[in-house]
Amino acid sequence: MSDLKTVGTTVPRKDAMEKVTGAAEFIEDRYMGPMLYAKMKKSTVAHGKIVRIDTDKAEKHPGVKAVLTGKDYPNMIGLYLIDRTFLAVDKVRFWGEPVAVVAATSEKAAAEAVELIEVEYEELPGVFDPREGIKPDAPIIHENLGNYEIVPIFYPKPGTNIANHFKIRKGDIEEGFDQADHVLEKEYYVPQMQHVPIETHKAAVQWSPDGKLTVWSTAQSPNVVRQLLAKSLDIPMHKIRVISSYIGGGFGCKAGASIEGLLVPIAQKYPGHIIRIVFDREEDMQGTFTRQALFSKLRTGFTKDGRITALQYEMIWDGGAYTEYGVNIVRAAGYSSTGAYDIPNVKTDSYCVYTNNSIGGPVRGFGMCEMQWGIERQIEEVAKHLNMDPLEVRLKNGMKRGSTTASGQVVHDVDYEKCLKLVADKIGWGKQESGKDGKLRGKGIAGLVKCPAQPSNAASSAIIRINEDGTAHVMVGATEMGQGMLTAISQIASEALHIPVDKIDIKVPDTDFTPYEWQSVGSRITYTCGTSVKRAAEDALGQIYCIAANLLEVPQEDLSYDGKKVYSNKDPNIKATIREIADSCKKCTGEGIAGPIIGRGSFVPTNMTNLDPETGQGNPGLFYCFGATGVEVEIDPETGVVEILQLASSIDAGKAINPQLATVQLHGGTIMGLSTALYEEVRFDKGIMLNRNFTDYKIATFDNVPHIDSFIVETPETNGPYGARGIGEQPMIGVAPAIANAVSDALGVEFNSFPLTPEKVWRALKDKK
Amino acid sequence: MSDKIKIKFTVNGDSEEREAVVGETLLKFIRDELNLTGTKSGCEIGECGACTVLLDGKPVNSCLVLAVELDGKELLTIEGLSKNGELDRLQQAFIDHAAFQCGYCTPGMIMAARSLLERNPNPNDSEINKALSGNLCRCGAYQEIRDAVKDSASK
Ligand code: FES
Ligand code: FES
Repeated sequence: MSDLKTVGTTVPRKDAMEKVTGAAEFIEDRYMGPMLYAKMKKSTVAHGKIVRIDTDKAEKHPGVKAVLTGKDYPNMIGLYLIDRTFLAVDKVRFWGEPVAVVAATSEKAAAEAVELIEVEYEELPGVFDPREGIKPDAPIIHENLGNYEIVPIFYPKPGTNIANHFKIRKGDIEEGFDQADHVLEKEYYVPQMQHVPIETHKAAVQWSPDGKLTVWSTAQSPNVVRQLLAKSLDIPMHKIRVISSYIGGGFGCKAGASIEGLLVPIAQKYPGHIIRIVFDREEDMQGTFTRQALFSKLRTGFTKDGRITALQYEMIWDGGAYTEYGVNIVRAAGYSSTGAYDIPNVKTDSYCVYTNNSIGGPVRGFGMCEMQWGIERQIEEVAKHLNMDPLEVRLKNGMKRGSTTASGQVVHDVDYEKCLKLVADKIGWGKQESGKDGKLRGKGIAGLVKCPAQPSNAASSAIIRINEDGTAHVMVGATEMGQGMLTAISQIASEALHIPVDKIDIKVPDTDFTPYEWQSVGSRITYTCGTSVKRAAEDALGQIYCIAANLLEVPQEDLSYDGKKVYSNKDPNIKATIREIADSCKKCTGEGIAGPIIGRGSFVPTNMTNLDPETGQGNPGLFYCFGATGVEVEIDPETGVVEILQLASSIDAGKAINPQLATVQLHGGTIMGLSTALYEEVRFDKGIMLNRNFTDYKIATFDNVPHIDSFIVETPETNGPYGARGIGEQPMIGVAPAIANAVSDALGVEFNSFPLTPEKVWRALKDKK
Repeated sequence: MSDKIKIKFTVNGDSEEREAVVGETLLKFIRDELNLTGTKSGCEIGECGACTVLLDGKPVNSCLVLAVELDGKELLTIEGLSKNGELDRLQQAFIDHAAFQCGYCTPGMIMAARSLLERNPNPNDSEINKALSGNLCRCGAYQEIRDAVKDSASK
């Protein structure tokens, strides 16, 4: 593969010029037409019956065009479990749930009208802790759970708050514990976090008199928005067009369909008008997906030489008020529940539990940060228990080529050992530095693994149009939210077509014109969309050869192509330029040969299977991406402040399509991990989200971000395009446990939850004394 | 109807005379009246820096300034940095270092960094950290932004 020309090189981002000049169009920057502005009325109780909604005053307010309540619009929607309505119908299930929406000629009028809507609730007892919610006598949040439509790979328990119970039964757990010399059992907790992309959720819709619905959305997947709206509103797909713009950060919160459907009935009343909604920061914090909190219990059996023989994992997830997407996070965490380790005997129970907290949903890592927190902390305790080097315990149990995951899937293209050793070496593992001025130093490492969580048949497709002058348009349905899709996909097309990247145009999707893509989530696009594009390029290339053979009267197998011309291997003077071939090629007699070249490619996984409902055994992973994080910290015992002295992050990209962008992505994920490890926690008081802005919900900024040493490992993914696999989410996963392991090393105390705020660290130190 | 006041100012070097709604923010005025949509909104309460522009050469969160305050002042937005299609060297350094992912914070980030470089042509890491600490980047391009600022300073 050393003869690659474009793949593996750093080319500037396709969107760079637009993004540094302010020309990049995000949804709110587009002029779409005559506009009506929408604002939501939100519930003031976390769980309650809606007794009365009075919209009279709001409707009469100057500038107001329409007011819509759940009664007028009871349509249901959901990705895996259809458990939501756009507006609460008879009851509200979380604080801030939309109960009505107003559209007016100005944002101000809409906001004023919202205040005029009167809502009366009969408050119901709430569930704010999933450990309470799972109990048989807990108040029921979804009485209709048994009647909801659900993808049959999830296992809800009607009559309870359990939206999914996922099980792993691998090997023989009893035997595994019998073989163990020691057993450790601990509880762990990971709180909710928020994605806080700097661009909030936004959407606009337009209904045209011929019954066509046009949607502009910040969604990560235009195709899923189209699919879910088609189902919910019973509109055929060709009558729904979803248009994407650049997206100002996604991280999972813009996956699935969220706010797009809210406005459709209003649009239908005002054909031709654009009805737009823009979430403010507070609405974005409180009304969109949060990362589900996790309460877990982990029991590990291990031999005296550090071999793990058994693992029992119980996870109770705070699914929040609706779990249409969350049920799959719970499943993914379940089938991956041994983390990066090969453990023969496993028993996992992963429960998705409804509560009256904000809606749980996908966040970078899709359950892996939360689940592997427990794994990586417990491995550390195992090592301490045995007085062994934690790195050695990781190496001893870490997955290798041929290892099996918790679901029994065999992993192939793995060099976890290298990932671990790179970060360990970088931070000077094994050498203990002492801090200055009474400060305490420690080092920690953690490993990580993640596969995309997606349906076993989640598809991608691509179209490549070769222009008359030999330049090309690549059309895909993947979105650009910063991850660099446009650039990486162009590089793959360029490599396969032998056309330079700057002669390739690629745009963000529009479902009326770009081909199907399931979702831009799960770090899957480089692999799935990349494979489709490679296939489309090969298809176009086949046409180029075929036309050239016809034109030159030379058999295809005797032809070569160098990106500019096709020529005969026997006589290079017999040649045709790509322009001649692509421009509706004709013979010298004037007879046409073939029209424009259009390459098509699609991809659907063939290596994934359903999982056994009782044992969870099967192949849920399209590919597995491994990595590791290494950290050195210094702690001020007086204040509990943790300073990061060294931060090293490695990820096995298989093949970095664009090394610079891969590194930036690795840094970005590592920083998000750092931010959650030290600062981020959404706080609730009986379902009321308390920190709903950037002052109360702190995220890492310049001051908090140290230099990061990054390592892109390249163990080729056999079926990935040019050996590549996705790395977008993974770098985040190991950071929190690595930091906690380092702090624990420095202070000799255990941490079973994060963020490691100064207060928490200080208290832990104080309790130790 | 809302009260409007006539204001005179320069924007990206051009003199303008417009009416501004009393009480409306400069951010709204820039985006909706001047149609300069490069300046972004991320919080509208002064916490994220996405809306940073230069007013008489000083960085401000345009969501915290009233449009009428623009009267008699010089406004520089991201659109005013490149001249005749030539990028400012800070913009070029952002490209060279891939100092962004989604790019939503980028206009504000570049404006804040630009003002730092005018005050301090050779900032070190901690000076950059301090000057840009009000600009959030959730994509986490902080390291690349620091490199881009230093690189453009050294040229
Ligand atoms: S929008 Fe002005 S600081 Fe966030
Ligand atoms: S590049 Fe996305 S927020 Fe900074």
